[in-house]
Amino acid sequence: MFWNLPLVAVVALVIIALAIIVFKKNLIKVFLGIVILESAVNLFLITLGYREGGIAPIYTNAPPASMVLPTPQALTLTSIVIGVATSALLLSFAIIIWKKYGSIDIDRIRRLKE
Amino acid sequence: MIPAFIVENSPALMVIVPLVAAFLSPFIGRISSMVRSIWVGGAMAVTSTIALILALDVYSAGTRLYVFGASAASAAVPPDSGGIPIRIIFEIDQMSALMLVITAISGFAIILYSLSSERSHTGLESFYTLYLLMITGILGMVSTGDIFNFFVFLEILSLASAGLIAYRVDGGVAVEAALKYFVLSTIGALAILVAIGIYYGQYNALNMAMIAARMQFSVLDQVALVLIIAALAMKCGAVPMHFWTPDAYSMAPSSITALLVVASQASLYGLFRTVFTLYNVTLNAATVGWLIIILGVLSMVVGVTMAIPQKNVKRLMAYHAVSQTGYMLLGVGVGLAVLGNQSLLDAFGYMAMEGGIFHIINHAMYKGLLFLTAGAIFLRVGTYNLNRMGGLGHSMKWTMVFFVIGALAIAGIPPFNGFASKLMIYESVFVFNPLLAVIAMVVSILTLASFVKVFHSIFMGPALPEYSGVREAPMPMLVGMGILAVVVILFGLFPGIVVESLITPAAHALVDQGAYIGAVLGGA
Amino acid sequence: MSKIVRTGANLLYPFILIFGLYVIMHGHLTPGGGFQGGAVVATAVALVIVAYSFEEVTAMIKKVGMKARESIGLLLFIGAGIAALAIGAPFFSNFLANSGLLFGQVVPSGPNPGDLNTAGVIPIMNLAVGIEVWGGLAVILLYMLSGITKEGS
Repeated sequence: MFWNLPLVAVVALVIIALAIIVFKKNLIKVFLGIVILESAVNLFLITLGYREGGIAPIYTNAPPASMVLPTPQALTLTSIVIGVATSALLLSFAIIIWKKYGSIDIDRIRRLKE
Repeated sequence: MIPAFIVENSPALMVIVPLVAAFLSPFIGRISSMVRSIWVGGAMAVTSTIALILALDVYSAGTRLYVFGASAASAAVPPDSGGIPIRIIFEIDQMSALMLVITAISGFAIILYSLSSERSHTGLESFYTLYLLMITGILGMVSTGDIFNFFVFLEILSLASAGLIAYRVDGGVAVEAALKYFVLSTIGALAILVAIGIYYGQYNALNMAMIAARMQFSVLDQVALVLIIAALAMKCGAVPMHFWTPDAYSMAPSSITALLVVASQASLYGLFRTVFTLYNVTLNAATVGWLIIILGVLSMVVGVTMAIPQKNVKRLMAYHAVSQTGYMLLGVGVGLAVLGNQSLLDAFGYMAMEGGIFHIINHAMYKGLLFLTAGAIFLRVGTYNLNRMGGLGHSMKWTMVFFVIGALAIAGIPPFNGFASKLMIYESVFVFNPLLAVIAMVVSILTLASFVKVFHSIFMGPALPEYSGVREAPMPMLVGMGILAVVVILFGLFPGIVVESLITPAAHALVDQGAYIGAVLGGA
Repeated sequence: MSKIVRTGANLLYPFILIFGLYVIMHGHLTPGGGFQGGAVVATAVALVIVAYSFEEVTAMIKKVGMKARESIGLLLFIGAGIAALAIGAPFFSNFLANSGLLFGQVVPSGPNPGDLNTAGVIPIMNLAVGIEVWGGLAVILLYMLSGITKEGS
């Protein structure tokens, strides 16, 4: 049971993040919810990469035997890179919305409907 | 005739060319705007040509593999990897080739149009960078054989599209639409990433063919299937998750809206690829098939009923896009529902799928054409509001002709292409379940009614005094629209040839999971 | 910001750069690589933005230079891939590995200090990604800075 703790943490983070995204009214907090969701998914991917008794693929340290294929690490890194771009774009949108609307309350960002 | 080097490396080249051109265009653009126009137009022409060469090769010689970073392009499984294809693989079968054809034609027509329609705007260097990145994303999504790579291209596409939707800030309203789209697509992409993690954890593979070969359809696979269907149905604008479509489609520049239609078709392709190639007969085909049929019927009905009262012409067209997506889901969903039952599949399943897939290419053409005409009208009149337009038929004759072609095609009137694909859907769905066919026909009639109203309020009536100075749209825009209009008419006049040469191979490639797996794993 | 912060930033700046470049160049041997190193280098830019005023930052760090880094990094990355096409292998093929040329040594395993001259095109691509991420993140930070500043004025 103990080795499932990372997965429990993933589920907890996903629930927290979705709650933030759905219930918070402040745009920045919603974005933070998205970032937490990304972290949860990254944690999930990294957890999948654990192999019992595996040897980390670090060439300056590893004994000359088979090493673990670091695919989940590569996936997580790619996901982090995409996450950086996503956060940057979302924050830029928040800056423009703040300038044009004078508010980042999502209840007031409703000009499209009019 | 065509150098063998280009044919061999076309899967890589069609992604490299727009990528390099995209990142060089800010520097090229410093020379002069003329040079930049030639640069991006030329880059897009080269990309389209390569994509068409590749599609032609796939249609004549069968599925193509391209393994990035290997010693040879066809070495999918390295000898020391234990039989797992570890590298990123592009696998282009006939279905992917069809999507390549759509992207090549639309991408080229739309860039001709936007070179003229965007001329008076500032900040163009990043506009074309993002445009070419969108093209890269679409081409990558439809040709990749690696599910994580699919996610990466999907994110490239989402980032570029969100940037372009917000491009004309428009008092913040466009940014609001882009925000809505981007928050949703980020959450959707993360759902897909979780599904990818589930596949990797179970099957130790990211290659679609490998996952398909090992597919068990356990409970975890069902969770992954639900996550992927929900995310991609949202991205293609099917009904329960459609509310970003009218906002994003109406606020984006018109040329980008036309490209967003193609982008949503790429998500649709991803949905079909997941269901048919990853799962195929392992899933409970009737249940998932009916799920997709219900999504389709809901999209058709809700889309068209929401479209009728709209006053903004682009919002109206966006709701029609939701409605037309329903036809594709319906057609392919019927094919999925009878998957695994060869006699029913032969009786009407293949025909329904061919109808749905034919509708994908038709929709990209006529809906793109309609959005481009809306953009041309906006360029000259300065409003999207139907109540303030009128009598434009006197001054914008060519635009009117193109609009009529697009409107008749979307309503399914012969001899335009929408009729051909809708007829295939009606006939086959009627055999499956008559009620569904009746709903589809009613939706089609409502579509026609809606477009008659739009046509009347834009083009008919006396010439209004405030629009007396309105001229025809500029030549490059007309050429861009003309390309799409010619395709619409040709597909409508010769549907038999198109279905036989393009659509049937695509539908069979989609159903034939064994061939897709065999191409990578060598007949395993 | 206060004089203490500025002096601290001045002192730290070269060390952050060196550490980032170290992470980039050892990407094929140890944990790290182009993106991680590039992100570390970009924090140096963030430090300058935090410590100095808008006018001073724009005088010290030019957007054009950072944009150029972004594009040069990408072209170097794709160029390394296209070079493989030129010798007849597929795109991204690692044609330099174990060839005895630049970065062409065989990677030693077991506890060792690490041989930089290994792994073929991977160090070149790490370097390219590092340059690109440096430029890209710096451009993002500078644009956000200018966006916020205009708001204030």
